[in-house]
Amino acid sequence: MQRIHDIYRPTEERKHDFKEVERILSADELKEQTGRCMNCGQPFCHAYACPLGNLVPDQNRAVAQGDWKRAYELLSANSDFPEFTSRICPALCEASCVHGLDEEAVMIRQSEKRIIETAFAQGWVVPHPPKEENGKSVAVIGAGPAGLSAAVTLRRKGWAVTVYEKRAEIGGLLRYGIPCFKLDKSIIDRRRAILEAEGIDFITGIEVGKDISAEWLARRFDSVVVAIGTPAARDLKIPGRELGGIHLALEFLEGQNKFLTGETSSLPIDAKGKNVLVIGGGDTGSDCVGTAIRQGAASVTQIEIMPKPPDERDASTPWPLWPYMLRTSSSHKEGCERRWNLNSLRFIGNAASPVAAVAGVEVETVEWEFSPEGRPLKFKAVPDTKEIIKADLVFLAMGFTGVPKENPIVSQLGLQQTPRTALMSDPARNIHCVGDCASGASLVVRALASGKSIPLE
Amino acid sequence: MNQQSKFEHQGLYRREFEHDACGVGMVANLSGEASHEIVVNGMTILKRLMHRGATGNDPETGDGAGLLMRIPKKFFAAKVTPLRDRMSGNASFPFGVAMIFGGEGEEKIVEDTVRNNNCEVLAWRDVPTNPDAIGKDARSVMPRIRQLFIGALDLGSESAFERRLYIIRREIEKAAKNLYICSCSSRTIVYKGLLLATQMEKFYPDLSDPDFISPFALVHQRYSTNTFPSWELAHPFRALAHNGEINALKGNLNALAAREPSLASPLFGDELKRLLPIVHQGQSDSASLDNIFEMLVAAGRDAPHAMMMLIPQAWGAKYHMGHDVRAFYEYHSALMEPWDGPAAVAFTDGIGIGATLDRNGLRPARWTLTNDGLFVLASETGVLDIAPERIARHGRIKPGSILWLDLEKHRILEDAELKNFYARRRPYRRWINENHIPVTGLFTEIVPSKCPHDESGKEALLRERQRFGWTLEDMELLLRPMAETGHEPVGAMGNDAALACLSKRSHTLFDHFHQLFAQVTNPPIDPIREELVMSIMTYIGNQGNILAETPEHARLVKMTRPVLTDDELKRIRNIPDFPAKTLSMYFDGKLKAALDALATDALKAVKDGAKIIVLSDRSALSAKRIPSLLAVAAVNKVLTDAGVRPSVGIIVESGEVREIHHFAVLLGFGATAINPWLAFASLYDFTKCDSVTAAANYVSAVCKGLMKIMSKMGISTLRSYRSARIFEAVGLGPKIMSEYFGGVVSPVGGLELEDIENAQDTFLPGGEYRARKGGVEHLWTPNRIVDFRESVRHDDFARFKRYTDSIDLESGVTLRSQLEFNGRAGSTNPPVGSRVPRDSDGRAASPLAAADVQSVDSIVKHFIGGAMSLGSLSPEAHETIALALNGLGTMSNSGEGGENPERFGTDKNSAIKQVASGRFGVTIEYLHSAKDLQIKLAQGAKPGEGGQLPAHKVDEFVARLRHAKPGTTLISPPPHHDIYSIEDLAQLIYDLKCANPKARISVKLVSEAGVGTIAAGVAKAHADVVIISGYDGGTGAAPLTSMKHAGLPWEVGLAEAHQTLIKNNLRHRVKLQVDGQLRTGRDIVIAAMLGADEFAFGTSMLVSIGCIQCRNCNLNCCPVGIATQKPELRHKFAGKPEHLQRYFRFLAEEVREHLAALGLKSLAEARGRADLLKAKEGSRFDFGDVLQRLSGEDVIVTSNAKGDLDANYDARELIPSLKTDGEAILDRMISNCDRSVGAMLSGHIVGMRVPPVTVNFTGVAGQSFGAFLAKSITFNLVGEANDYVGKSLSGGIITIRPPSPDVRLFKPDENTIAGNVIAYGATSGKIFINGLAGERFGIRNSGATLVAEGIGDHGCEYMTGGVAVILGPVGVNFAAGMTGGIAYVYDETATLDLNSNLDSVDLFPVEEGSAEEKELLSLLEEHVNRTCSPKAKALLADWPNVRPKFTKVEPTKAVGTSA
Repeated sequence: MQRIHDIYRPTEERKHDFKEVERILSADELKEQTGRCMNCGQPFCHAYACPLGNLVPDQNRAVAQGDWKRAYELLSANSDFPEFTSRICPALCEASCVHGLDEEAVMIRQSEKRIIETAFAQGWVVPHPPKEENGKSVAVIGAGPAGLSAAVTLRRKGWAVTVYEKRAEIGGLLRYGIPCFKLDKSIIDRRRAILEAEGIDFITGIEVGKDISAEWLARRFDSVVVAIGTPAARDLKIPGRELGGIHLALEFLEGQNKFLTGETSSLPIDAKGKNVLVIGGGDTGSDCVGTAIRQGAASVTQIEIMPKPPDERDASTPWPLWPYMLRTSSSHKEGCERRWNLNSLRFIGNAASPVAAVAGVEVETVEWEFSPEGRPLKFKAVPDTKEIIKADLVFLAMGFTGVPKENPIVSQLGLQQTPRTALMSDPARNIHCVGDCASGASLVVRALASGKSIPLE
Repeated sequence: MNQQSKFEHQGLYRREFEHDACGVGMVANLSGEASHEIVVNGMTILKRLMHRGATGNDPETGDGAGLLMRIPKKFFAAKVTPLRDRMSGNASFPFGVAMIFGGEGEEKIVEDTVRNNNCEVLAWRDVPTNPDAIGKDARSVMPRIRQLFIGALDLGSESAFERRLYIIRREIEKAAKNLYICSCSSRTIVYKGLLLATQMEKFYPDLSDPDFISPFALVHQRYSTNTFPSWELAHPFRALAHNGEINALKGNLNALAAREPSLASPLFGDELKRLLPIVHQGQSDSASLDNIFEMLVAAGRDAPHAMMMLIPQAWGAKYHMGHDVRAFYEYHSALMEPWDGPAAVAFTDGIGIGATLDRNGLRPARWTLTNDGLFVLASETGVLDIAPERIARHGRIKPGSILWLDLEKHRILEDAELKNFYARRRPYRRWINENHIPVTGLFTEIVPSKCPHDESGKEALLRERQRFGWTLEDMELLLRPMAETGHEPVGAMGNDAALACLSKRSHTLFDHFHQLFAQVTNPPIDPIREELVMSIMTYIGNQGNILAETPEHARLVKMTRPVLTDDELKRIRNIPDFPAKTLSMYFDGKLKAALDALATDALKAVKDGAKIIVLSDRSALSAKRIPSLLAVAAVNKVLTDAGVRPSVGIIVESGEVREIHHFAVLLGFGATAINPWLAFASLYDFTKCDSVTAAANYVSAVCKGLMKIMSKMGISTLRSYRSARIFEAVGLGPKIMSEYFGGVVSPVGGLELEDIENAQDTFLPGGEYRARKGGVEHLWTPNRIVDFRESVRHDDFARFKRYTDSIDLESGVTLRSQLEFNGRAGSTNPPVGSRVPRDSDGRAASPLAAADVQSVDSIVKHFIGGAMSLGSLSPEAHETIALALNGLGTMSNSGEGGENPERFGTDKNSAIKQVASGRFGVTIEYLHSAKDLQIKLAQGAKPGEGGQLPAHKVDEFVARLRHAKPGTTLISPPPHHDIYSIEDLAQLIYDLKCANPKARISVKLVSEAGVGTIAAGVAKAHADVVIISGYDGGTGAAPLTSMKHAGLPWEVGLAEAHQTLIKNNLRHRVKLQVDGQLRTGRDIVIAAMLGADEFAFGTSMLVSIGCIQCRNCNLNCCPVGIATQKPELRHKFAGKPEHLQRYFRFLAEEVREHLAALGLKSLAEARGRADLLKAKEGSRFDFGDVLQRLSGEDVIVTSNAKGDLDANYDARELIPSLKTDGEAILDRMISNCDRSVGAMLSGHIVGMRVPPVTVNFTGVAGQSFGAFLAKSITFNLVGEANDYVGKSLSGGIITIRPPSPDVRLFKPDENTIAGNVIAYGATSGKIFINGLAGERFGIRNSGATLVAEGIGDHGCEYMTGGVAVILGPVGVNFAAGMTGGIAYVYDETATLDLNSNLDSVDLFPVEEGSAEEKELLSLLEEHVNRTCSPKAKALLADWPNVRPKFTKVEPTKAVGTSA
């Protein structure tokens, strides 16, 4: 038996709306899927891959037995936000599933989604306020995954928790980065209600460091948790960068998300009728692709400087490692050209335009030198391969650089940074840094795990 | 006699570990006439049984031999003057003789005792001896041997005098410490010693005196596991000689001790107290049995009656027996637990003599009666040469049968007559019916627990489970399968989880106890296929006084099982005459005080009239709870000490109890019954099946599991198992052990009461069986697997070190993790030269340069492939391992599933060929292809159990290798059916050495307390290698409880084996091999220091070629193509020989590094250097015993080959006569001392084109006649044969017929002419027997054609192929576990279905004109042609009337798949 590949709404239907593209598999489908779980003696899914240590084999068994209640209890034993991870996690568990040795991993993520959605539907998800207050207070800066995770963890231990969020709503990248067609924002609102019922205070629209000082928080609260993510996206400083129509990917995604939830009344960046170029081949780039398509872009192209990964797990990342391989998202399938080995040299402006706007990007094909394990190391240009890709809108989706030194929170709290700009906790002063800001940009599930493992009792 | 210095607890050795077994025999004149000829015959029997005995390091010192005879009064009158004087006036002057070893200086004590008993000291006589005739070891400890003649002053009856002599002996034994009394009787006398049979008459000139006469002689040839010279351990004892082993001994002794305060007998009066204890401390099983037997007889029971009470036949529902006999056994079952185990016992009251066999019939006892009234019985037939024309009858004692020779009335009383007689001497049946306490509704139906199944009820239950430390695994992996299938769950790949005492997770107290099991010296039994002998019935309210027989002894509550539902417990609490008192297991304050208070309360309750004590943790009265096991132990102890235990039932009502092991431990430490209330409550609404079924399944699974645990030790009844404490502990300290678990070994100390008091945590997911983050720690982790896999794939030694460092530095889950190298800081990469290890003499061992250490190439030769069968492994994986190890110059192991003959002689050949209980694929060719023949006695995963390859795994290929049909379930029996005892192992080793003289013989044991003495016994049996497997090893499928809870870590067993072998001067005779979760170089070096020469690997080998420890091997779904036979999974196999080779080389490199740092040049230098190890700083374990170093550690292993192979019958008589042209036809004489005849001949001609050989034998063939007999060989025997005829028959033909052609005088079909276990594992060939054969005929036959005229119990057991034709009666349990082949039985009485085990077979008529009829007819004709069988002739002559009485027995097609 195989995995079920038909998990998306039809392309023609979904590319015109922002509703979630993935359907929830049926109980019967999942019963079969989870029934394939071998409850391995060494469960790599649970003990090796999942940063949260979800009890994957146990919850699989419960689903296979049709005992959704127990499945939910097992799932919620380690995971406080399964509705997020079950939608947007790349599912490290599946990559190390023993069945995944031959690409037929059990569909763990989909099963998780149905478990949590069933739980909400059945009213099993109820607030768990602490039985006793411990008399201590904590301020959490940032309501992204790491901050939320730290907040709920500490609240359940009896802390009085106040979460400060600079934006209007909580969720961080979950709300402002990830498109609605992957994670509907009502999902976050639903969780917020539970968290508030557990007694967590959210203070939104107040930017710590600017509106109030972080230093004040440190004096006011017994402990401060810094969960500010990695706000700085990597830019592409090549000639022509000043031209109009060149945006960081998150600006584009955030605008669309705010528009959909009514936070803004108009789209700040609209790709309708435009030729869109996405530079950067990762997940954020893919999200730009899907968003641009839904806005009605004339064409969408995604380019990447790295070589095209192999279609199957590369030998350099043997099971149970996260496989180096080509990943094709639902957005890619909705109509986009993908190209690899292209180095961007300069942006070309549109002279005809009244404001200097971008009209294309000059790129050059590169050739990679590989390590003995087969991973790309260095590149050099291939002579005579320069070309111009036409583009009215360019989105830069090349990852994040870390926390800028200038971030006022850093200075106000006097935090140390690693050479790679990650923030370091100061346990002596009860200041703890969690999530991307402490470890560099990574997956939501790692941010959740980081927040959960905060060493405060 | 005091030989304490020899037997002191030293290192891991303990005296109580000793075993012995042997050959037993008796000879008598039915006329009762005493003659010297009988004495001579007795000594001849001894000589003819010599091969069943053994010698230690000194070949002239035997393990012991002796004779028990009637006192030759005239002889002594002639020798002893005071006696002559008395007898001259009164020829029938009554006197007794005490035969005494030692006692110098204690004469006064002896004489005073005699006189105080109103008897007269007549004379002392120094028994003439010839010390030059015996071995030097024996001579060095030879005691002074004297006889004391005792006269009766005030003679009552003759039996009163005999009783007085018994009292005198007991009192002397208690008063004098330096003597041993062989016998003290007015009827019998025992001559015995540390002798070989041949030395008997030379050593004791008395025995050659023509005046030394007796009407009977009872003889015994001993084989003991030790070589400590000990004169008194020789048999016979005062009243019996025993061949076998009493498995239930510990339970019997504990139960007996509990009864002693209640004993009373008018025959003894107040003197009884002076005799106690009945069994004195530290004796062998046989000596203990002798003690209780003589007590019962002295107190007035007839000898046969006493023996029927001690060794009862099985009387379960599946036996067809009379009401009175059944009632006799039921009545006596309340008085005495069976002394259970393989036993052939010859016994006497000095007047008559008798013999009996245990219920399983696991020892042979063959007898012959002559026309002139000479009766001979022995472990073998043919022990006296008797002319054919003198023979009147040949018989055998059947399982559970008894026989008695009344020498006064000159009659043989056989089984039925004896049993009916004793069953009707008292109205036992009426006594039972009238006194049985009825409890309405008890055990009539299962009533599930009632509990609210709404949300709050479930929540409450969940909280209860958390309170009692239950995990998800308990529910999902243990309870659910039990509730849904009624079987205990199965797993695979051994156990790599932390020992309970080393885990950071708290465990139940049960987890610290490991089950003991039988290996070599006694057989486990099959609780499934031989369930009819098993019983878990039990009583409450027993009378303690077993010396009396009253109707009140039957006043009991009978419980059909020890597992009680809530409803059943409620009923038991409300029996009017049996008041129950419930005591809570909750407490405040200190645990010790709580236990004391509980014990006091229990005793008070009993004194106030309570008959039942219920220990309950149902209502939580406080936060602290006494572990139920401690509560039971404490209460059991206080009631036993007070002498009231037998009459009181202890019932445990506990939420802690869930898995089968928990029940076993509670029962083993004295609980009467258990109500696992939380388990029952949790079953409600838990599974898909309804709650009644779930509860019933759970009860059934527990009961079956208990029978399995009992059967592992070879114990058949719960009554013998209760309080037997058949456990060993790992990680419990000396105080708690001595206080609550006395008699149980805990080799490394550990936790005490306060630790247990403080340990309480619950980790919901568990992680014991399937790893979970934060759960129980495991040796394998995903990261380690990844590092290991990648290191061998990419030849990355640094990464390999990362893997081994992670284990050596972090794991801490094994005993060895608690050790460190003496004088070294860390366990890996020591700063060379910084801290220098010192040996025990304080000399520094300098670190060496790596170049000075033995090379990698030579180290890898010490690394051996563990046994994993084809069938469990895919052919790809199996061959990869063979290629890898052959390439390294070491050996891989075939496992027990046979091997494709195409691999023989190639680089894919497995150098080690395993011989396991199933004997699958064991042919002469298979044996011949081996460098090492490995006898697997036990496996780490499930010692003491058999196995089962389910039908769906037996495809065309596997079936071919195992000589079975595809789709046939293949069962490996728990015991080797040719090894029930240590001398049997010696015989199998001899068989194998004959079949392949070039191969070394290795014997695989599992670590347990006492494994050292077994290893010594194995060394004496001439094995070359002894393997000590850790309890945690073993890749095969096994019940989860067995995988976790049976056996010990190898560290303990290996050290014990090494120490015991040295102590016995046997270390030079065997190599020691170790296995069990070996992973790193450090493991190897530690194992070497504890005594290992060789190291075997299982799981880690598999991981190196791709296994990822998904541990679902038993499900045939292996995702990496290793443990599967499915083609689509097999093609996924990606392992390469070089991966495994790299692993072994890496490991060897690590070993070199360690050796260099320690200043040792080689593994051989490290061997036995326990002084280079010490307990880690801060370890709470006491490794003093494990690390004890004995002198003689550096002995080099030479060879243990038995030198007499050249003198083997085949080499002498047959092989020189082979022809190269034309058929050889030979005529030869044969005797019972000629064993394994044909094995060497077969090995000799394998592969050679030798013309057919026919040998016509006359005489009595020894054991294993025609074993492995190859194609083209025909053996025709006129006479009789012993056990194991045609073992692993490989194509040859064997015929046996009696010598007498005159059917009027001797009817072949009424006489036993062939022994037990015939054609065991035969794969092809034919056997025709014109006469009766013994038990387990055709067992595991997988292809041979067998004809006999009647067979014993358990015929055609586990048969998977071939044909068996039985022309007469079959015993009980015919065709048990038969999954293939066909049997035809001439069922004259139409009772075959009653005698068959119908679980796996159906019976059909033989249709007229069918192919079956043709086959049957042709076999009958061949039988007539080959043996002249009168019976077959007659049947053929009357065929139309005969055919309808033939029944065909054939396996049902869909055989169950449960193990």
